[in-house]
Amino acid sequence: MIQVKHLSKAYGDLLVVKDLSFNLVPGEILGFLGPNGAGKSTTMKMLTGFLTPTSGEISIWGHRLPEESLLAQSRIGYLPEGAPCYEEMTPAGFLAFIAEVRGYSGSDATAAVDRAIDTMSLGSVLHQKIETLSKGYKRRVGLAQAILHEPEILILDEPTDGLDPNQKHQVREMIKGLSKEKIVIISTHILEEVTAVCNRVMVLAAGRIVSDSTPADLLAKSSFRDAISLSFQGEQIPNEAVTLLGELNGVKNVMVTADSLVIFPSPGQVNLLADIYESARAHGWQLSSIHVEKGRLDDVFRSLTEGVAA
Amino acid sequence: MSRILRTILKRELQSYFSTAIAYVFILIFLVLSGLFTFYIGSFYERQQADLAPFFTFHPWLYLFLIPAIAMRIWSEERKSGSIELLLTLPIARRHLVLGKFLAAWLFAGIALLLTFPLWLTVNYLGDPDNGVILASYIGSWLMAGGFIAIGSCMSALTKSQVIAFVLCSFVCLLFVMAGFPLVLNAFKGWVPLVVLDTLASLSFLTHFAAVSKGVLSLQDFLFFVSVILVWLGASSIILDIKKGG
Repeated sequence: MIQVKHLSKAYGDLLVVKDLSFNLVPGEILGFLGPNGAGKSTTMKMLTGFLTPTSGEISIWGHRLPEESLLAQSRIGYLPEGAPCYEEMTPAGFLAFIAEVRGYSGSDATAAVDRAIDTMSLGSVLHQKIETLSKGYKRRVGLAQAILHEPEILILDEPTDGLDPNQKHQVREMIKGLSKEKIVIISTHILEEVTAVCNRVMVLAAGRIVSDSTPADLLAKSSFRDAISLSFQGEQIPNEAVTLLGELNGVKNVMVTADSLVIFPSPGQVNLLADIYESARAHGWQLSSIHVEKGRLDDVFRSLTEGVAA
Repeated sequence: MSRILRTILKRELQSYFSTAIAYVFILIFLVLSGLFTFYIGSFYERQQADLAPFFTFHPWLYLFLIPAIAMRIWSEERKSGSIELLLTLPIARRHLVLGKFLAAWLFAGIALLLTFPLWLTVNYLGDPDNGVILASYIGSWLMAGGFIAIGSCMSALTKSQVIAFVLCSFVCLLFVMAGFPLVLNAFKGWVPLVVLDTLASLSFLTHFAAVSKGVLSLQDFLFFVSVILVWLGASSIILDIKKGG
């Protein structure tokens, strides 16, 4: 359980996190979404006990911060932003150090280190200095460090930043594969990551929570929700189609984009797809695709976070 | 020693040796202490079988060599961001501060031990009082501890190792010179006598003067131990205040 009540953080006069309150229970994979400077990292730093809140309360599995920070920290695995670690060490040495700090010794330590190495596929670089590793490997060393003690809570600040698509996929699978008894918090500005991994999304803007819902509900807020996208063969959109479809019964408006025509239905309209299809056939337009939009996250993201005053 | 303290100590000590710092430091320390002893300290000309010329220069040698190893203690962690990792691991602050200090102190001790050829030389040439030499070594090492503790505190203040170095050298200089007229005259006349006396009694040089002659009194011993503890305490407080910044 993570309980956060009225959490605020100020640097001098600048309030970067304003009155956050939320609870998290095991099984929840929370995505922190928000523009740069929204307070995502600062919030994570407070949850891990690195920063002391200006006001508010944090309780990690019943341990209050900052009074019981050691107990709370022993339950948390944390990947700080940019995955910093001791660059002059080798992954093997670094992970052995983490295992010792986490209280492992002897064969338990070896087993924990081996498991982390295995999960993050670090076997081939174990004895190279970390400073010589690629960005992707460094990130994986950071992740290995965070999961080594099989923590109940995993807090990952931009875990896939700088990874290639295969590595991103691997990290997402790792997160999804965690036990249902764990709490995971990830911050990201990659929107697709939220739908790929999380079951809860909190959008932060200027230090406040502007939305807290499931990824599906967040998508449903999109103005593109249930809109119908048409693309035409040869990618030329006939002018006639724009005019005629715009006048179709139940159409609120149409939008022409670079390669498609998006038709927004009036509220409550459900059968538009058939009508549009009919129309296309009747006029002989050569469609290459037609589909109903589930919603676009970038559109929701912008509408939620743009113009939120700091 | 607690397990966690040993873990921190080991990692820190290894980090000195896994970069060039350790080797450069030890080399320069040995070369300079040799130069000071034989040329400036007139080791041969004195015709005395002791290491006084060697130890006399230690405060001045430490003044710029110790900040060079102490400056990285926290600054490097701040610069690379690893401080965030370190401070979110379940490690008590006192273990962290003490572990890092002990590693640097042990490292200085290793460098000091490597001056053993001087001890061999003086024993070959004459018949020195080895008890005096041992006491002087211990005293010198204690003084190095004081310098390192000051360095730890200065390093906690900034993420720039250069600033940490300069600050540390400056504060160490104040402590070395505290008993000198140069410093005392600046305060004379406008501070109470008791403050002036306290200031004078904080001088590393005064306390080390006896030590370099081989007299390690309880008073001097306690002085250096207190200096270490006070500055380590200050490091810990600064870490708490500054970690958010």
